[in-house]
Amino acid sequence: MSTEKTIISVDDPALEVHDLTVSYDKKPVLWGVDFTVPKGALCGIIGPNGAGKSTLVKSIMNLIEVSSGFVKLFDQELDKVRKQVSYVPQRESVDWDFPASVMDIVLMGRYSRLGLFKRPRKADKDAALKALEMVGMEKFSKRQISQLSGGQQQRVFLARALTQDAEIYLLDEPFAGVDAATEKAIVGILKNLCNAGKTVIVVHHDLQSVESYFSWVLMLNLRLVASGPTQEVFTPALLEETYGGKLTLLSEVGDLMQKGAFNAREKQ
Amino acid sequence: MELLIDFFSFEYANIKYVIFGSILLSVSSSVVGCFTFVQKKSLVGDVISHAVLPGICIAFLASGSKDPFFLIFGAFVTGWISIVAMEKITKNTKIKEDAATGLSLSIFFGIGIVLMTYIQQSGNAAQSGLDTFLFGKAAALVGKDLIAFSIVATLALLVVMIFYKELKLISFDPQFAKVNGLPVRRLELLLTSITVLAVVTGIQAVGVVLMAAMLITPAAAARFWTDRFHKMIMLAGFFGAFSGISGAFVSFAAPGMPTGPWMVMILSVIALLSFFLAPNKGILIKLLRRISIQRQLLEENMLKAFYRIGENSGDHFERVSKGDLRLIRNFSSVQLKKGLGNLRRSGYIKEDQGLLLLTQEGFDKGRRITRLHRLWELYLTKYLRIAPDHVHEDAETIEHVITPEIEVRLEQLLNYPEADPHKTQIPSI
Repeated sequence: MSTEKTIISVDDPALEVHDLTVSYDKKPVLWGVDFTVPKGALCGIIGPNGAGKSTLVKSIMNLIEVSSGFVKLFDQELDKVRKQVSYVPQRESVDWDFPASVMDIVLMGRYSRLGLFKRPRKADKDAALKALEMVGMEKFSKRQISQLSGGQQQRVFLARALTQDAEIYLLDEPFAGVDAATEKAIVGILKNLCNAGKTVIVVHHDLQSVESYFSWVLMLNLRLVASGPTQEVFTPALLEETYGGKLTLLSEVGDLMQKGAFNAREKQ
Repeated sequence: MELLIDFFSFEYANIKYVIFGSILLSVSSSVVGCFTFVQKKSLVGDVISHAVLPGICIAFLASGSKDPFFLIFGAFVTGWISIVAMEKITKNTKIKEDAATGLSLSIFFGIGIVLMTYIQQSGNAAQSGLDTFLFGKAAALVGKDLIAFSIVATLALLVVMIFYKELKLISFDPQFAKVNGLPVRRLELLLTSITVLAVVTGIQAVGVVLMAAMLITPAAAARFWTDRFHKMIMLAGFFGAFSGISGAFVSFAAPGMPTGPWMVMILSVIALLSFFLAPNKGILIKLLRRISIQRQLLEENMLKAFYRIGENSGDHFERVSKGDLRLIRNFSSVQLKKGLGNLRRSGYIKEDQGLLLLTQEGFDKGRRITRLHRLWELYLTKYLRIAPDHVHEDAETIEHVITPEIEVRLEQLLNYPEADPHKTQIPSI
C-alpha cells in the first residue's frame, strides 16, 4: 500500500468532514472518513456499489446518525447554515405518483423561507419559474409529475434545489437513469454554479466522465481512499485501490462488530 | 320528495344535530385520510380504529363514567401508542411493516375485547351503550357527545389548514423537509395525532370495523378526479360531507336503517362511480378511447386500400366495389359496413351507382397513410437494421401514430427518399 499523500486538505473549506464513522445496525459502513472540499469546487464522490457514497452525503445532511466524528459547512454546524445548503435526494426516494404538478414540487424549495400559514407568493412563483427555465422545464410547470420521464424528474428536483439560492449543493446520484441530453444539461448548470462561486458535491458512477466533469474528486470504498484535485488523485493506482474489491479484513471486522453489538467508538 | 323537504326543513330538532354531526365527523376523517392515502399507509386507519378500544375501556374503568371527553382521551392515548409501537417495531426489528401492522392491530384489539367483556359482565349499569364504539351511532349523537366530537373533528381540520404546506412536504419528501430544517419528526407525530383524532371521531359515526373505509375511500375516489393535492383534499371532504348527509337522510326516511353503514355504502358507490367515470383515469373513458382508436384504424386502413387500388390501376378516383377492397385487405363484412358508412359520413368517399370512390380529402388521407407506412419501413431498415421482409407489421401500427412533426423529421433524416425498401414509390404530397 502506498504511503504518498492522497488526501489533500485545504484551508477555509466549504465542507469539512472530520473523522466520520457511520454504522448501520452496529456495522460500520464508513470508517474514519476525514476530508475537506474547497469553496467553488465541483466535487465528485466516486466508488463502487456499496462503498458508502450516498451514506456519506446523507450523514453530511444529518439524515442519518453518525457513530463518531462531525461535519462542518463553512466552519459551522449544519443547523446554523441550513439556508445556504441545498440537497437533491435520489430520484427514487419519493413517490412520483403523488398528486402534484411540477410547479408544486419546485415551490417546495421555498417552503423553508415561508413561515407557517404563509402560502407561496408571487416572488416564490417567479423564483420557481426561473429555476424551471434554468433546467429547461418551464413548459412543463403544470404537468402532473407522474407523467415525467426520469430525466425530467431529475431536472425538476434540481430546479427545486436551485430556488433555494444556496452556497453549497449536494446531489445524490443525479445522473442515475437519466438520458445523455439531460446529463449534459445538468452538468452545464452545475458548472455555472461553480463559476459563480458555489460549491457542488455530486455522487457519481461513471468513471469515463470524471475528468471532464469534476475539479475535485473523492474516492470512497468504506474508507476514504483519496480526496483532492482531479488531475492529482484520479490516477490508475488510486482507482485500482478504490475499485479493487473490498478490504475483506475491514468487512469481516464490521460483521464481527454487528454480531457483538459493539459501538463503533467506546463511550468515553 | 316530501321526505326530502321534511328532512331539510329541520323541523325535527334532532335532525339538525344528526346532519351537523355526521357531516363534521365524515369530513374530518376524509380530509385527514388523504394524507394516509398518499403516504401509502392505508392500513393505519384500521390499526388505530381497533387500538382505541382498550383506551375507551380503560378510560371508562378509571372514571366510571361515559363522559365523552374521558373516553376520547383514553381512545387517543392507546390509538397513538399503537401507531408509535408499529413504527418502532418496523424500525428496530427485522419485522416488516405489514407484519408490524397486523401485530399492533390484533394485540390492541385483543386487549380491548378482553376489557370490554370484563366490563359487560361486571354488572355495572353505567356501561350500557359503551359498545356503540364498536358499531357507531351517528344518528344518536346528541348533547355533550356531539359537542365533544365536533370539537375534536374541528381541531383535526384546523391542524390540516394551518400546517397544510408542511404536512404535504413531509408526505412527499421527508428527507428534503428535514434538510430544510423542518421539524419532521414532530410534524409526523402531529399527523399521527390528527389521524388518531379523526379515527376516534369517525368511529362514532361508523364504528370500528368500517372506520378504515371512512378514512381511505373518499381519498381514493377523489384521486381519480384530480392530480393536485389540495383539490383532492377538498373533493374528499366534499364526498365525506355528501355521504354524511345522505346517511343521515336514509336513517331519517327509514328509521330502522343505521346511519354509519349507509355512509360507507354511499362512499363506496362514489368510489365505484369515480373508478368508472372519472376523466382520464376512469374505465369508461379508457374504453371509449379504445373504441375511437379502433375506428380510426379501420378508417385509415380502408383509405389505404382505396389508395392501393388506385396505385395499381393508375386512376385514383375510379369506382371500386367491396370485393376490390377485400382483395387488398381481409376486411370482415361488419367492418366494411361500419367503416365505409363512417367514411361516407366524414366525406372521405362517395357512392356512385352502387360503387364507391374516393373524394379529394379521402385521396389525400389515404396517400398520407401509405406514405407514412413506407417512410417508417425505410427508417426501420436503415436505422434499426431490420430486414426489409420484417418491417411491414411494425409499420402497420406506426403509420397511425406518426404526427406531422415526426413526419417532417423522418423525411429529413431519410433525406427525402423516393422509394421504400421494397422499391415501391413513396408518394409525395
